[in-house]
Amino acid sequence: MDFKLSKAHLLQQELYRRFAENEIRPLAREMDETEQYNMELLAKMQKYGFFGIPYSREYGGAGADYLSYALCMEEISKQDASSGITISVHTSLCCSCINDFGTEEQKRKYLTPLINGSKIGCYGLTEPNAGSDAAGQQTVAVRDGDDYIITGSKVFTTNSGFADTFVMFALTDRALGTKSMTAFIVERDMPGLTVSADIPRMGIRAASNCVVTYDHVRVPAANVLGKEGQGFKIAMKALDGGRIGIAAQSVGIAQGALNEAIKYVKERKQFGRPIAAFQNTQFKLAEMQTKIDAARLMTWRAAVAKDNHENYSVYAAMAKLTASEVANEVTRGCVQLLGGYGFTREYPVERMMRDAKITEIYEGTSEVMKIVISGSMKLK
Amino acid sequence: MKIVVCIKQVPDTAEVRLDPKTNTLIRDGVPSIINHDDKTGLEAALRIREQVGGSVTVVCMGPPQADVALREALAMGCDEAVLVSGREFGGSDTYATATILGATLRKIGFDLVITGRQAIDGDTAQVGPQIAEQLGIPQVSYAEGVEVQGDSLVVKRQFEDQYHLLKVKTPCLITALSELAEPRYMSVGGIVDAYNKEVKILGFDDLKDDLNPAWIGLAGSPTNVRQSFTKQAKTSGTVLSGLSADEAVDAIMAKLIERHII
Repeated sequence: MDFKLSKAHLLQQELYRRFAENEIRPLAREMDETEQYNMELLAKMQKYGFFGIPYSREYGGAGADYLSYALCMEEISKQDASSGITISVHTSLCCSCINDFGTEEQKRKYLTPLINGSKIGCYGLTEPNAGSDAAGQQTVAVRDGDDYIITGSKVFTTNSGFADTFVMFALTDRALGTKSMTAFIVERDMPGLTVSADIPRMGIRAASNCVVTYDHVRVPAANVLGKEGQGFKIAMKALDGGRIGIAAQSVGIAQGALNEAIKYVKERKQFGRPIAAFQNTQFKLAEMQTKIDAARLMTWRAAVAKDNHENYSVYAAMAKLTASEVANEVTRGCVQLLGGYGFTREYPVERMMRDAKITEIYEGTSEVMKIVISGSMKLK
Repeated sequence: MKIVVCIKQVPDTAEVRLDPKTNTLIRDGVPSIINHDDKTGLEAALRIREQVGGSVTVVCMGPPQADVALREALAMGCDEAVLVSGREFGGSDTYATATILGATLRKIGFDLVITGRQAIDGDTAQVGPQIAEQLGIPQVSYAEGVEVQGDSLVVKRQFEDQYHLLKVKTPCLITALSELAEPRYMSVGGIVDAYNKEVKILGFDDLKDDLNPAWIGLAGSPTNVRQSFTKQAKTSGTVLSGLSADEAVDAIMAKLIERHII
């Protein structure tokens, strides 16, 4: 067993770190305050391949692996969690559904532009009345000749403000419930699809997150992913992989905040000494770094298991549960170490603390993670 | 056009320190990077290739650890990488280094050679020009702009108070200033490719037919470093306090004029 990254992975990490420090860090505060993602930055990330990391060259991806993607999520999220989720929803939710369940034709038509950096994708599962209870869906798709007519609405759809391609889920027969849940690829300009303004939020405010309304949207049957009725399985499989991304994002948020705190405690003097000289500060930082490392190793374990085609779903749930809690604890602790300054917007730790909260909620709440984990423990 | 870019792996300057006892560079835990001017040269080469076609080969003389610098250059988009490495080459000064790189370049062939202006660890700016002398080809140093015109280059050379526009026929060598081009990042796919490619290693045996062993390595170097030491600040400086902004400006200006600095 070897816990070291390979040379190629170290170089991947170096790329993401340099890019995030030079290109994202200077924009993060402004994007948060204006609640607007910088589209030039997005285009740069597309150009360097950040939106197709674990996908095959055959379809235009970078041909790297899930561990590289996790390294990207961490380094990017150290500077800006909004940038992290923008890449993550596109990569591990939208693209994975098409990559894993799409036909050759669907992959050529939809996956290629998504992973070669020309288009952006989003994923619509959550509804106003179906969050953790994803089976309580109301959106319906009614067959009409060679098409389906989709009606309903999806809430909190990340990236939907600017996405081109929507992977979404609808029931073909409400009476059958989840058994009829079907995955569709919908294009932004299909008539009847409307996207609301961004939903005002506490954190990850630069990311786009809107209500998407489907009012009799006519979608060709050729755009069904997998088979009719396979939607729930497709949705859950995507979320399994997505959780590795969120775990890595959480590790990034935590490490980013800790790095800021370390810089601060060396400079800040109180009682005649830098506050780094106090053992309370040192112990606090030691505890936080240890927890972050544990979360990082759990995240890497899940990513490597996925790369090795092993069953990773429980590892991913454990990594997300741990990392998201660590992110919340660490960012809160870092604000405390920065004291009054930590509470101001002059320093990024308050943003990181606000950004951290969502990691315990999206792509499966901590409670849902516990359902997944306990479900594997043969308790019943 | 076959472009060859010579790069050097150097310690990241912001963190370089000398061991106070031995006065040698502390390398432990200091990250290594591609020398910045050399990276500019890589970017210029990639842009020329994008414009007129051809290939970009990156060459680095150094220890086996320099492999990562070559992988980074490949990940930026270079086609081939060559590591020039061998114990016989250790301790080479700029003359010996240029001798070895000259032999390397004759072996691999080139239309255009690009080096950085100078390395941040030695600051000599000698290796590029010396390679051109070794190869007997024209050189333009301090290049701030390059434009390809058929089999010639038009190079904008920076001088203290003016620019020179020089037209030079290939094969030739230019040394790149950081103003020449803002280096691109590696790409994600580029890193995957970089580790699927082979870095060719050339040692003494590969180059010996074209190398005089008396002119390489520590023994073959006409210059030797006798001592290196950290500069000591001579005085603590003058502190002016309690002045208004205008008074402070006047006081500083007076000092600068007094010392004939301005």
